[in-house]
Order: sequence, then C-alpha cells, then structure tokens
Amino acid sequence: MTIWLDQNSKVLVQGMTGSEGRKHTQRMISSGTRIVGGVTPGKGGQTVTFEEDPVTVYDSVAEARQATGANVSVIFVPAAFTKKAVFEAVDAGIELVVVITEGVPVKDTAEFRSYAAASGSTRLIGPNCPGLISPGKSNVGIIPASIAPHPGRIGLVSKSGTLTYQMMFELNDIGFSTAVGIGGDPIIGTTHIDALAAFEADPDTDCIVMIGEIGGDAEERAAAYIAEHVTKPVVGYVAGFTAPEGKTMGHAGAIVSGSKGTAQAKKAALEAAGVKVGRTPSETASLVREIMEGRA
Amino acid sequence: MDLFEYQARDLFEAHGVPVLRGIVARTPQEAEDAVRTLNTPVVVVKAQVKTGGRGKAGGVKLARSPEEARERASDILGLDINGHTVEQVMVTEGADIAEEYYFSLLLDRANRTYLAMCSVEGGMDIETLAEERPEALARIEVDPITGLNDAKADEIVAAAGFAEADRAEVARVLVLLGEVYRDNDATLVEVNPLVKTGDGAILALDGKVSLDANAAFRHPEWDKLSDESRDDPLEIRARERNLNYVKLDGSVGIIGNGAGLVMSTLDVVAGAGKEFPGSPTPANFLDIGGGASAQVMADGLDIILSDPQVKVVFVNVFGGITACSEVAKGIIAALGMLGDKATKPIVVRLDGNAVEVGRHILTEAAHPLVTMELTMDSAARKAAELASTN
Repeated sequence: MTIWLDQNSKVLVQGMTGSEGRKHTQRMISSGTRIVGGVTPGKGGQTVTFEEDPVTVYDSVAEARQATGANVSVIFVPAAFTKKAVFEAVDAGIELVVVITEGVPVKDTAEFRSYAAASGSTRLIGPNCPGLISPGKSNVGIIPASIAPHPGRIGLVSKSGTLTYQMMFELNDIGFSTAVGIGGDPIIGTTHIDALAAFEADPDTDCIVMIGEIGGDAEERAAAYIAEHVTKPVVGYVAGFTAPEGKTMGHAGAIVSGSKGTAQAKKAALEAAGVKVGRTPSETASLVREIMEGRA
Repeated sequence: MDLFEYQARDLFEAHGVPVLRGIVARTPQEAEDAVRTLNTPVVVVKAQVKTGGRGKAGGVKLARSPEEARERASDILGLDINGHTVEQVMVTEGADIAEEYYFSLLLDRANRTYLAMCSVEGGMDIETLAEERPEALARIEVDPITGLNDAKADEIVAAAGFAEADRAEVARVLVLLGEVYRDNDATLVEVNPLVKTGDGAILALDGKVSLDANAAFRHPEWDKLSDESRDDPLEIRARERNLNYVKLDGSVGIIGNGAGLVMSTLDVVAGAGKEFPGSPTPANFLDIGGGASAQVMADGLDIILSDPQVKVVFVNVFGGITACSEVAKGIIAALGMLGDKATKPIVVRLDGNAVEVGRHILTEAAHPLVTMELTMDSAARKAAELASTN
C-alpha cells in the first residue's frame, strides 16, 4: 500500500494545455500515472497527444469527472487563477487536489484551504509544492520519477522539493512507499502531521523521514504528534540554521520572526519527541539507512 | 512588505477608518509647515520607522507651536531606533485620549486561518500583555471566507469586554479594519492604540500593516509603497534580475536550486567551516530555481562576485527537472561572459538529471577556477577550505 495515491488513481490535469502543464503531463504519463483528462475552460473537446496517448480536454472539472471518473486533480494554472481552480475541483468532489503553482496569494490559499476542509471530501496538498509520488504506481506533480524508480518501505514528507529529491536520491536503493512534498507556503493544505498519521497507518511503510525548515511551528506540532501517536521510527531534518531573522529564504513561509520559527527550536522539539535529526541531508539519509538495515 | 505608519494611516482613511489628520515631513522646515497646514494647537511628531519602541527611543514628541514642531522634528530626524535611521516624521493632530484599546487581525499560520486579537487594555506592548495578562486579550478566530463581518465584530467586542455603550462604534470600526485587511491582501493589520476620545469618538491612532508579496501582481498601487532604502544594494540588483538573493555576512558565496536545498547548503557550509581557521560562513542565499540557463547562472555569479567579502563560490545543484548538463554549460558560458571579472575559485557539485553529461562538460572545459566535487558534504568542505586559505 501507499498513502493517498496508487495505481488506481485517475488523474486530471487542470491547466494541461499551458506549457508547464503540458511538459509535466508528459512526464507523469511516462512514469506510469493514469492521466484521464485535462481541464482548460474554453478548450473543451480538444485533444492533446502525448507521445502515443491522446488526452481529452474538458471545459470544467465537473464535466471531466463525470466523463472519466477521475478522483485526483493536479493544478498547474497561474497563481491568479488558482483559487478558482481549487474551488472548482472541490465542488466537483475530487478526493485529492494537488496544487503545484507557486506564488499564490496567501489570502487565496486561506480561502481555498478552508473551503476544501469544509467540504469533508477533498484532501488538498500544496500550494507551492512538488506533489507526491508512489514509485512504480503513480506520480502526481513534478517529482522526477527517475530519482527513485522502485517502490520501497520508506515514507517521506517534506516542505522542500529539492530536499525531497536529494533524500530520494540518497536512499533510492532502499526505495519509498510514498514521498510527498507539502510545500513551503505559510498556509498549506496537508501538513506534516497529516502525512505522519497516514504513514503510521500504512502497513507498507516502515520508517518515516520528515523534512522541515524555518518558519511557523508545524515541526514543533509534528513533534508533539509523534510523541503521542507515532510508533514507527521517524528521522528528521531541518533546514535553515544559518537563516537571519526577518528574511524570507526563498519559500514564502520560510522566515524566522523574532525568536519564533528557528531551526534550532524545531530540531530540539523533534529530538525531545525521540526523533533522530540529521545535521546534513547525507547524515539524515545514513540514519534512515541504519534503521532500514536493522530491520532487514 | 511592511508599511510605514503614515502609509497604514492612508489605507485606513481610504477605507473610512477614523484617523487623525497627518502630514509626512522629511525636514524640520516641512514639519513646521505641516503644523501651519494642520492649523491645530497641539501636534505629535512621530518617527516613521518599521520597528517598535519608538516612544521609548524618543521618537514621538508633543509640540504646541510650528516652531516647537520644527525643533522636535530636528531632534527626531536622524535618530537611530533599533538600527533604523529616521528619515521622515509624521506630524499629526493631537488627540484627547480617554481610553486606549488594542486590535489586530492577522494570518494565523498554525491554525491556517485569520486571528483577531482585541483588548480594552491598549497602548502597551502586546507581547507583554499576552504574557502577563492573557485573560485581558480576546483571541477570536476569523474564517477566511466569511471574513470580519458584523456578527464577528460583535463577538470580538463582547469577548474583549468593551462597555455596552462603546460596542456598536468599536464593532463598526473593526469591520472597516477587516476590509482594509481583505482588500489589500494584508497579513497583518494592527492598531495600537485604538482610542476613545473625550467626546466618545473611536480613532485608530497608530497603525501597522504588512502586505503579502505574493499578491503584488494584483496591486499595481504597491509600486509606490516600496521602500528599498534599507535593503542591501546587492539584494536590490538581484531583485531587478528576478533572482532570489539574501545577503549574509560570510565569505562563501552560494548558488543552488530550490529554497530548501539552498538553506541546507548554507547550514552544511557553516558546519564544514568550523573545521577550518577563521571558520568561514556563507556569504549569501541564492536560489536560481528550476531551469538554470547560462544567463541565470551568469547573473547569479555576477551578483555574488560583486560582493567583496566573497572568497569562493559554491554551486550546489540537484537536477530534478533541471538538467545538470545545462547547469554545467551555464557555468562555463557564465565564466565566458564574465571574463576577467571572474577571479574567484568555484566549487561545483552536481547530481541528478543528466549528471554524467554535466560532469563531463566541466571536466572537458578544465576551467582553472572550477573544482568539481562529488558530494554536497565534500564540496562544502572544499569551499570552506578555499575560503579559509584564500
């Protein structure tokens, strides 16, 4: 098993006809994802052919879901239109909505996050995230499947895309059940805690890697959750020890405010919850390797 | 982006929030003229700086004549308040303050919603109040979709314990402040103090507003609010080239792709630096994002090499979608474009997509400034070593 995404996932691409959407749809198809349709208002009825596979474009998510039975949607539309796209996917009853778009105003995110949560039927991942991959089964977003092509028993959750790639690369011989990038914005749909809970419940995940970074208190909350609810071994990594106070470090949410949101505090909280925390990505990977080899 | 008090005042006024008249002055003479324009017996001269503690630092003074305002402005202009030099003051009407309150509406990251905080004990530092008398600070969640509507405002003023007679007017002002927050893509609207005057009017006497940079695309009017006077010149140059750059104090220039990887690179370099004399640390954060073209690499290298503190550059790329071959070509092309301007050693670590081709390109080019390392950790050590010995 995996979390949230498997070989049965039927995936729509909102914004498939744009250049980013088109490029990544091809990559998703190549890594085995069942792409069942695209959605671009005003382009319904067109077909986009990816290598040999023709994919139909629909005017709306509701129409696409009706025609294809899609249960997942991945959003590549520009920031200005992202809120509308998410509302549409939620209204259509899509179970998993993954927002790749970067630079979404936080007010829009606050609104569509609340809207998705209130629906009770949609899990939102992102925005500003690389998506998620269950290697060998399905890949939704922009994570390159070639980094770790074989399924395995490590679960990974990360705020950062490139650190996700780095960690998957270092552990690609052991393999991952699911790797999920939750995004680096101040407000995100799926949190570290949501992923920890899902990995804890997944019989095919043995060890969880959790990558965090400065800003907010999500890692501290995750640490408290781990202490109470997670029995599987968790290995952590936190980026941003050298970040100065008051400066946004690339991700909109990565900012130390006064004494709040520091990497030091996050590392300390995780360690107090029994999580082994690596000082570098490589050391983190070594800690995971020790645990996985100890189980073999 | 944080606003100056006078900019917050202007936004409040535009949304109908009751405020005092105020005029910005950049010289003592302008302050004197401002009092004549306001034509009021008492004015307050207030330092315009984006930091707290102005009053304690002597940045807020009363004046009873145009001449006195000129003197007070002369005292305040040029003051250093928490590292911020006062370059302008706001001259406002004096107010007959009967009571001081506190109100803020902000983005609550932890609960992924908005949070209103309100107290009838205003004027003091809110963090102190929250710590010492948490029961005096009402904290009410505000739903992002419905926003701060009439019902929510009533709930806030009741929870904060306003006198019955004041509730309706305070609630009316809170709804307007909620509109300031909503219509301007704010992440913080704070009024401290919100006051009741002797004749019972509610006024926003001071304002702090932060805006969400991601929303700039739908606020062309923000262009005139931006304030680069305090930014590092290299940060301004980087922004002009759409590079995500933050200046730090060390000697190892850093270029990487992806915010998380670059933050991690800074940490790994700082850690490796401890093993070498002088403990070199990172000189900057620079994320070139996905698809690093030769031009982007050249722009990045150019910015970093313009920093006189930089002794060595560390390029750390994990090719996800970005092909390492393109990055390698970018580095060589950038060195070609920079010519004699490139004089400092460059340590490169490439991994991921098309890594073999990328490494081959760098090996073939055999540029005398470029050293290739196979892992992030060994490259960080090499960069720290070069920074320590150069």
